[in-house]
Formats: sequence, C-alpha cells, structure tokens
Amino acid sequence: MIYFLLKRLAVAVPTLLILIVVSYVLMYAAPGGPFDTERTLPPEVMANLQHKYGLDQPLAVQIWRYVVSIVTEFDFGPSFQYTDQSVNDIIEQGFPVTLTYGGWSFLVAVLVGVSLGIAAAVHHNTLLDYLSVGVSIGAQVLPNFVLAPILTLIFTLWLAWLPGGGWQGGHWPYVIMPVIALSTSFMASIARITRSSMLEVLNADFIRTARAKGLPMWRIVFRHALKPALLPVISYLGPAFVGMITGSVVIDVFFATGGIGQFFVNSALNRDYPVIMGITILAGGLTILFNTVVDLLYAWIDPRIRY
Amino acid sequence: MRAGNARTTLISGAAAVLALALGAGALAPAWSAGVHPATGEALADDQTFTYRLLDQFPTLDPQLNQDSSGFHVIRDLFEGLLSQDGDGNLVPGVATAYAASDGNTTYTFALRKDARWSNGDPVTAHDFVYAWRRAADPATASPYGWYLELTQIANAAAVLAGEMAPDTLGVRAVDDHTLEVKLEQPLPYFPAMTTYATLFPAHRATIEAHGTKWTAPENIVSNGAYTLEEVALNEYHTRMKNPLYWGAADVIIEQVTGLVINDDNQALTRYRAGELDHLEPVPAGQFPALKEELPDEATSVPRLCSYYYAFNHSESGNPALHDVRVRRALSLAIDRDVIVDRLLKGGQWPAYNFTHLKTAGFAMPEISYAALGQAERDAEAKRLMEAAGVGELTLKLIYNTSESHKQIATVIGQMWKQKLGVATELANFEWKTYINIRNNQEFDVARSAWCGDYNEASTFLDLLTTTHGANDGRYSNPRVDELMRASRTTQDPSAIYAEVERILAEDMAIIPIYHYANTFLLSSDMRGWPYNNVENNWYARNLYRVAN
Repeated sequence: MIYFLLKRLAVAVPTLLILIVVSYVLMYAAPGGPFDTERTLPPEVMANLQHKYGLDQPLAVQIWRYVVSIVTEFDFGPSFQYTDQSVNDIIEQGFPVTLTYGGWSFLVAVLVGVSLGIAAAVHHNTLLDYLSVGVSIGAQVLPNFVLAPILTLIFTLWLAWLPGGGWQGGHWPYVIMPVIALSTSFMASIARITRSSMLEVLNADFIRTARAKGLPMWRIVFRHALKPALLPVISYLGPAFVGMITGSVVIDVFFATGGIGQFFVNSALNRDYPVIMGITILAGGLTILFNTVVDLLYAWIDPRIRY
Repeated sequence: MRAGNARTTLISGAAAVLALALGAGALAPAWSAGVHPATGEALADDQTFTYRLLDQFPTLDPQLNQDSSGFHVIRDLFEGLLSQDGDGNLVPGVATAYAASDGNTTYTFALRKDARWSNGDPVTAHDFVYAWRRAADPATASPYGWYLELTQIANAAAVLAGEMAPDTLGVRAVDDHTLEVKLEQPLPYFPAMTTYATLFPAHRATIEAHGTKWTAPENIVSNGAYTLEEVALNEYHTRMKNPLYWGAADVIIEQVTGLVINDDNQALTRYRAGELDHLEPVPAGQFPALKEELPDEATSVPRLCSYYYAFNHSESGNPALHDVRVRRALSLAIDRDVIVDRLLKGGQWPAYNFTHLKTAGFAMPEISYAALGQAERDAEAKRLMEAAGVGELTLKLIYNTSESHKQIATVIGQMWKQKLGVATELANFEWKTYINIRNNQEFDVARSAWCGDYNEASTFLDLLTTTHGANDGRYSNPRVDELMRASRTTQDPSAIYAEVERILAEDMAIIPIYHYANTFLLSSDMRGWPYNNVENNWYARNLYRVAN
C-alpha cells in the first residue's frame, strides 16, 4: 500500500511538470497576448508591462522561474487581469466556493443517482424502472445552462423563495439552486451506470446462491450486490468529483457565486497566463489525487484487487 | 470641449456647490429632515442603491485602471481635480478653480483646503504629483500610461520610456493647495481629461505600506464620496458613504452595492425579482417590449461610442478597396435603418459620420449621402461599382464573437450580395485573437467600435490619423493629419472637425454604421441619474431614493 502510494507520487511529480510545460507552451501559442487591446499600446508602455511580468524573457526561462517560485514560495504569480490580486488570492477566494457547491452536488448526485439506479434495477421492467429511467434521461438531456435560468424563474421570480444569485459565504439559500443545477446531469449518469451495473450483478451466480439461501431482497442488494455493482460507478465518480469541485462556468455565471470556473474561462479569454496556469495545476493535481483515491477504493471494494 | 466654456461651467458649478455646503453647515446632514435639500422631494428611509455589474472590475488602483467596468467604482472612491455633473459639464472636484496660461500650455489648479483622505489626512497637490509620476513610472507599468501621453503633459513619453526620471514629469506642487501642470503642446480640453482615473490622486503612505494589496478594503485610503467596504470577487462589492468627504453633507445614498451578473437575461430576472435598482444593458432586442411594459424604468440614452466597419487600406487588403468608388459603393449599399430599427431596437442612431452626434460642441456637418434616401443610395452604389469595373469581389469580413455582431455582419453581407454582387466571407474570433488579427491587418473589412476617452470630437477623429494606435485599417491622409494637429492649437476647432468629417466621408475612410445608445432599467423611485451625460459617467453621490 505504502509502496503503491510512493509509486503514485513518483509518477505525479513528472506528470504535473509535463502538464505545466505543455500548458505554458500551448498558452503562448494562442494568438493575442495579455496586454493586447484595441488601441495598440505605445512600445514603451508595452515594454514596461512585459518587463514587469517577466514576459520579455525567453519561454524556457519563464517556465523555469515559474516552477521555482511555486516550489520555493508556493507563489503562483500575479494575475495580469485582476492586477490587485495574486493567483493565490483568486484560488483562495474562489476554490472554497466551488468546493462547497461541488461537494454538495456530488453528495446529492451520488445519493439520488445510486438510489434511482438501484430502485430501477431491483424493480426491472416495472413502472418504477421506467419512471427512474425517464427521470434520468430527462435530467441528462436538460443541460445546466437551460436548467439554471428555469430554476431562477421559478424559485426567484415566481415563488420568491430563493435569491437569484450570489454566495454570501455559502449561506444555504444561496447554495440550493447551484447544487440542483450542477448535480442533475451527474445524477442522471450515475443512475444509468448504477442501474446497468446492478442488473448485471443481480444476474450473477453468487446472487442466485444468496437468493437460494432465502435471504431477503434488501439484504442481497445492500450486503452482496451493491459493492461489486458500484465498481464502474466509482471509476466514473473520481473524474466527476474533480469536475464538480473545480467549478462550472455555467453555475458561476448564472448564479454569480464567485467560484473558480468563471475565473478559469475568463483567464483563457483574457490570456491571463498565471491564472490559467494556477487553475490548470489545481485541476491537474486534484485529478491525480482523486484517481489515486479511486484506485484505493477499488481495492477496498474488490478483494481481488491488491496493491 | 472648449476651455472658455469649461471655465464658465466650473465657476458656476463651484458657486452652486459652495451654496449647498453653506446651507448644509448648520444642520448636517441636510436631508435628515427627510426631504431633498434642493428639490424638496420626500426621501425614502432606505437610501441604498444596488446595481448590476457585467464583470468583476479588474482593479481599483486609479493609475492601473484601463477598464470602464472599474472606472465607475473608482470615480466614487476617489476624486480628481474636476468631476462631471449630470449633463457631463465640468464641476469642481478637489480643485475649485483653474487658470490656463502660456497659450494653454500651463494649467494651474487651486485645490480646496477641506479635502480629506478617508484616514483624515489632507488631500494636497503633492498627492496628485505622486500619483501622476506613479502612472508614468516604468516600474508601475500602467497599461494606461499612454493616457498621460495623450494629455500632452511635458516629458510623459520620455518618462514612460525610461529615458527621463519620473520627477521630470511636467507636474509640480507649487504649494500644498496649488498644482501646476506643463504641457508639451496646447490642449484646450486638458481640464476635461482630469476627470479620468489615471489623473486621480493617490495616498503615498498607503501604497508604500501595502504594495499591490493597497486597494484591499482593509488597506485602502481614498478621497471620494464613498469608501470601499467589502469585495467578493465575481460576486459583489459594497461601498459606504465617506463621512470625511468634503461634500458629505450632500451625499444621500448611504450604501452602494454592485452585483456581478454576467448573463443579461439572468440579470433581468433578478431586476424583476427586486434584487436590483439598476440594470444595464437591457438584453439585446428586448428594449421596445420593456419600454412598453415598464415605461418609467426603461430608458435609452446616448452613449459616446460609434460602431463602424474598418477597411483595410494597407497592402494586405483587397486591392479593390484601394478604389474610393468601391469603398463608397459598399457604404452606400448598407441600409442603416434596418440595422438600427430591426436588429438593435435600442434607440441607436444610423451613422454616416464617425464622431458620435451627441459629442459636446460637435456640430454635425453636411454629409452628402446622409441626405439621400436608401433607394437613391442603392442606385448610386450600383453606378459607382460599375464605374469601378470590379469583377467578382469577395471580402473577408471579421468580427469578434457576439450574436449582435454576427447578425449585423450577416445582414450587411446580404445587402452587399443583393445590391452589388459582392460576396463576403464572414469570420468570427474570440476577442484577443480578433484584436491580434485586426492589429496585423489580416482582413478586408473589420467590425470596429470606438468609445470616446473624453467628451470632445478629437477622441474620435484622432483615430483616423496615420499614427494612431487604433487605426487598424491603416487609413492615412496627410490632410487629415495636418488638420487634427491644427485643431489642438485652435480656440474653436469645430470648423476643423467638420472639414475632417467631410474628408472622411469623401474618402469613405471607414463605414460608419451607428452611434451607440445605452439602454437600462432604473427603479422608478431612484432620482439623480445623469441622463444627459453622454459618457454615462454616474456618481453615486448624486443619486437618491424618493419615498413612494
């Protein structure tokens, strides 16, 4: 186990380095620069800006300096766009927001999705199954950029129950709509994966044996079938969780949460290099972390897998 | 704006402000009785104002600001030498009066003695000197450094280039309350330019103590009518009335909140839900319906910007565009009324010249094709195209990604195709890529727009001089350059501007399409909005909420 984790760590460091170099180079290759405006800046003004942010150095030097300042000072640089903020400030302010609504969305998606999936599989080809499949297909085809304005229309404008946006430190009325909008399509995918995987498991020999022993159905499902049925769900959940907690631009834009998703998209549009890099590294690091967690969960669920 | 006009306005404005201040002296605040001190209207108990911001402001540092979404906040937090009233006229800010000498190359500003920073320090001429040098200092690397060059302050370009020290910049404090500015060339509208953020004062001790973090709410020291209370990035910010502001007795709104709402329709839903007092802009195409539904709240006002298509006059442009007859034909064939009345529907004006028609002191010259009907324009366009003898013509038309630009480009492409047989190849790019392509003249026709940096025609017309940084079509006419140079030293340049507009129309240097209007919704109990300020510069200190 320890050996497995060390091995993962040994791979993670070069992976992140490759991610940094490739992202940096791609970012530079994109046309337009951070300080390009409609009015071409006088050369002296442009030179001052380039010098201030070290952009007058060769690309290799820039990347080297960037990595060194991360390793030695954990400094991800200043934002070119939001000049009063550093990348660390932006992530410190935006990431807790995304983590909160992403975490809740994950919980809702998993609980509802898995329950729907199990119910559908256990009551295969009954009204409950059709209903559950119908709900998940409906949720799947309703993208969050359609769902978000519908939710606001209903809960803010018509019913006046919830505020139309904002975050207010994660006060619960501000969290509800972002969580519904973000979790819905994930919930649908989880329900579908759970259903098909559960159906497969329920037809396996060991379940037949359990039935033959006369065990009650709920016990068969929760004691014997659930763990193996969740294997494909878990491999989906790792990247889905990272996707949720690293932000959704749609949620951030519609609900003005101040989350990190909007910063990521804006940074790309504004060529705000340090913010692009900072959030890329954050998402990359989290992906590596949660893939490792998924692998550990595999071993816990399936005794045949050992590291 | 001419110097003479500006001065008269300033003096009468100063007298009005002084009268209000004296009246308010005995019983502060003047509106505590629940009525507006000047209009006598009954005031609401709730004096808060909440409005929509399209984007998070990038900075609150006046010297680093280059963005209109941040400028309105900076205007409330800081005060420059002069400000604007509801009509866009100059009124006293920290300066109460100014005088021009040496043929408009030296300006001396008298500063009020009761101006205070939010920490109680007096605002002095030294704060302006520090701020202006800071804006020019290469170490600050202000992206708006060029604004100093535009103001013609002596040595600005050399300081920015690092060839001269920042303390050689042409500004000095004669004493604590007298500021002297030396210009390289006379600039009649220099006082108007001091209303922009770059030339606001800065509190040296705060900046030196906190570096880039000096604008954080816990650190910032400012001198405007409001102080910064809280900022949640991409969510909201609040500003509170500054009790130390010299004019605080006349400031009625106690708290201002800006909510960042990126999506226009979502913002409209939240306005309807009562979360906002002000929403700008109204979602595209919805203005007529909203005007009918909410006649007291939906408004369209002029906005100092012009929308135009730039021709690529350089070698890389389609050779057919070097023929003035082709350029004219393309312009004449565009039915602006269709674009304004059917697509935009927000009170915009069809444009046949470049300078926005509501620009201060600008008299619209006679532009011959403006007076024709569209049928006559179309006939003339066809005649010109035939005379030019151009065979098959395909033009690359670029625009930045936006539904509205796309609609306009599609409609214009259709008009050219149907009337002149000219094909267009539409290409859209996201903003930075588009800017890059436009700056490198990789187009035949480019969607463009220009918003005035100040309320005077030269802010538009300078753009079409040979060396201007935004002249992406590379239009060059020595006569235009010469006239625009001459306009700077003329007491009344309006005749020159009219001639330049006539030359531009004759040459069809660009295709003017429409002059902007700004559509917004304002809660019906809000008063004091500067409807007649074409720069749309609003100051929260002029707003108030009346009792229902």
